[in-house]
Amino acid sequence: MKLQGKVWKFGDSVDTDLIIPARFLNVSDKDELAKSCFVDLRSDFISTINPGDIIVAGENFGCGSSREHAPLAIKSAGIGGIIAESFARIFYRNAFNIGLPILESKEASAGIEEGNRVSLNLATGEIVNLDTGEQFFAKPVPDFMREIVEAGGLVAYVKKKGLTEKAI
Amino acid sequence: MTITEKILARHANRDHVSPGDLIEVNVDMALANDITAPLAIKVFEEIGARRVFDHHKIALIPDHFVPNKDIESAEQAKAMREFSTQHQIEHYYEVGRSGIEHVLLPEKGLVIPGDLVIGADSHTCTYGALGAFSSGVGSTDLGVIMATGKTWLKVPPTIRLEYEGSLLPWVGGKDLILFTLGTLGVDGANYRSLEFSGPVIGRLSMDQRFTMANMAVEAGAKNGIIAPDETTMAYVAQRSSRSPFVCTSDPGADYERVIKIQVDKIEPQVAFPHSPANVRALSQVGNITVDEVFIGSCTNGRLEDLRQAATVLRSRKVAKGTRLIVIPGSQLIYSQAIKEGIVQTLMDAGAVIGPPSCGPCLGGHLGVLAGGERAVSTSNRNFLGRMGHPKSEVYLANPAIAAASAVLGRIAGPEEL
Repeated sequence: MKLQGKVWKFGDSVDTDLIIPARFLNVSDKDELAKSCFVDLRSDFISTINPGDIIVAGENFGCGSSREHAPLAIKSAGIGGIIAESFARIFYRNAFNIGLPILESKEASAGIEEGNRVSLNLATGEIVNLDTGEQFFAKPVPDFMREIVEAGGLVAYVKKKGLTEKAI
Repeated sequence: MTITEKILARHANRDHVSPGDLIEVNVDMALANDITAPLAIKVFEEIGARRVFDHHKIALIPDHFVPNKDIESAEQAKAMREFSTQHQIEHYYEVGRSGIEHVLLPEKGLVIPGDLVIGADSHTCTYGALGAFSSGVGSTDLGVIMATGKTWLKVPPTIRLEYEGSLLPWVGGKDLILFTLGTLGVDGANYRSLEFSGPVIGRLSMDQRFTMANMAVEAGAKNGIIAPDETTMAYVAQRSSRSPFVCTSDPGADYERVIKIQVDKIEPQVAFPHSPANVRALSQVGNITVDEVFIGSCTNGRLEDLRQAATVLRSRKVAKGTRLIVIPGSQLIYSQAIKEGIVQTLMDAGAVIGPPSCGPCLGGHLGVLAGGERAVSTSNRNFLGRMGHPKSEVYLANPAIAAASAVLGRIAGPEEL
């Protein structure tokens, strides 16, 4: 899976309350959730991003609450993927489960600025800053986890692999 | 092995596990609430599951937006209620017989030492206080667990924290964990297990231990754990007839780090906006006026917390210009607080008592902050906008500090009264 998009830059320890405040968790519909994505931090986020744009952040992205609504809101808003120096544990697992591509790279996080255009290759972990030509490599992800993301999440992956009968 | 490794090995049917091992484990209790359950139910249905793995081992607790605050939250609670009826979920507790999930499950004896609990809520790590392994996940993981009773985990390395010395007055579990967060930082234990140990922990009550384990996740930890002792066993014996799997870490267990914390000089701690790790000693706080004080939550909404607040507020009044909201963590705690006269004391001081629920902790209802307002809260998070308006501020503290702050209208300790 290859992605390309314009970058929106965030700092360290972006928590899931910032990604989607709890007052908007009274619904489960992903398109409704998307409307509140980053509303307290950047109120114009949803109206300014384009489908496929990429978030680049610092360390501990997605810390705090376990709400899966957070990666769902980001994905449904149209964000193609996230590059961060590191992710908080629960967010990391949730992102794979709902099929949101994420990559960890300290160098890429430091070497990419807001507004840059970047490309990412999930299979190789290669990240390129298309504005500067600089190339980075993310921490590799095992094939089965990449396949979960490429399938669109764990539910789709389980169905695709025909695992449901075996598992249940 | 460490206590965490022993519990994980047992649930993976293995003799031994080491940090980094990927294991499949059997889950003793799977938990979700009115926010996370609706998504988990959707996943459960989408993967084609028809039956839950064990209707005695699932707890579905309405606590975040109940009694329902609007039509949307009522629809979510309804979805969870209907699923519970359809699948005969034993541990579904309706408003009036319920409470905050992490207060309610221990209180009802649903978690005992050695258990493995997975919950779609980050504060599921609270049960580590009972010598259980417990960790938070998202809704997709929980939906699959409701169907299979299993999940996969990576065995975490353990950081052991050893607390030694004697506690100063008005210093307790909340201050120890806030101090520890200040030391570790918000990702200082990311993917790790935090093991709380040492003579100071041995002297803490269960309520104080729950407070500490509850906030392990604020350092990014996968779980927080305290080895069971006489205090734990006395608590569990009154509540459960199941046989616990009691274990402790081996003397030669492998730790990633061992951190010794001398507690003698630790003052009450206050976490400043907008991070639970942004802590200062009470004497370093300065003059910070407060509009609202909230005493409650899965961190500090237990009976001992309310007792402490009542001790400070007895024969005193909440300051003009400040409001005090107290929310008992469960129906049982509320009832006991009435019997002990705590509720009357709090009401006489000018507190409003809310129905058992998460309340304003996550900015949902029952005390949401306006722009520019400041609150002292006994909860676990003070992220930007956590309790309401993005331009509001939350300061975290223990119940005695919260109560004293309500009386003085600024952040202060009982010794200033």
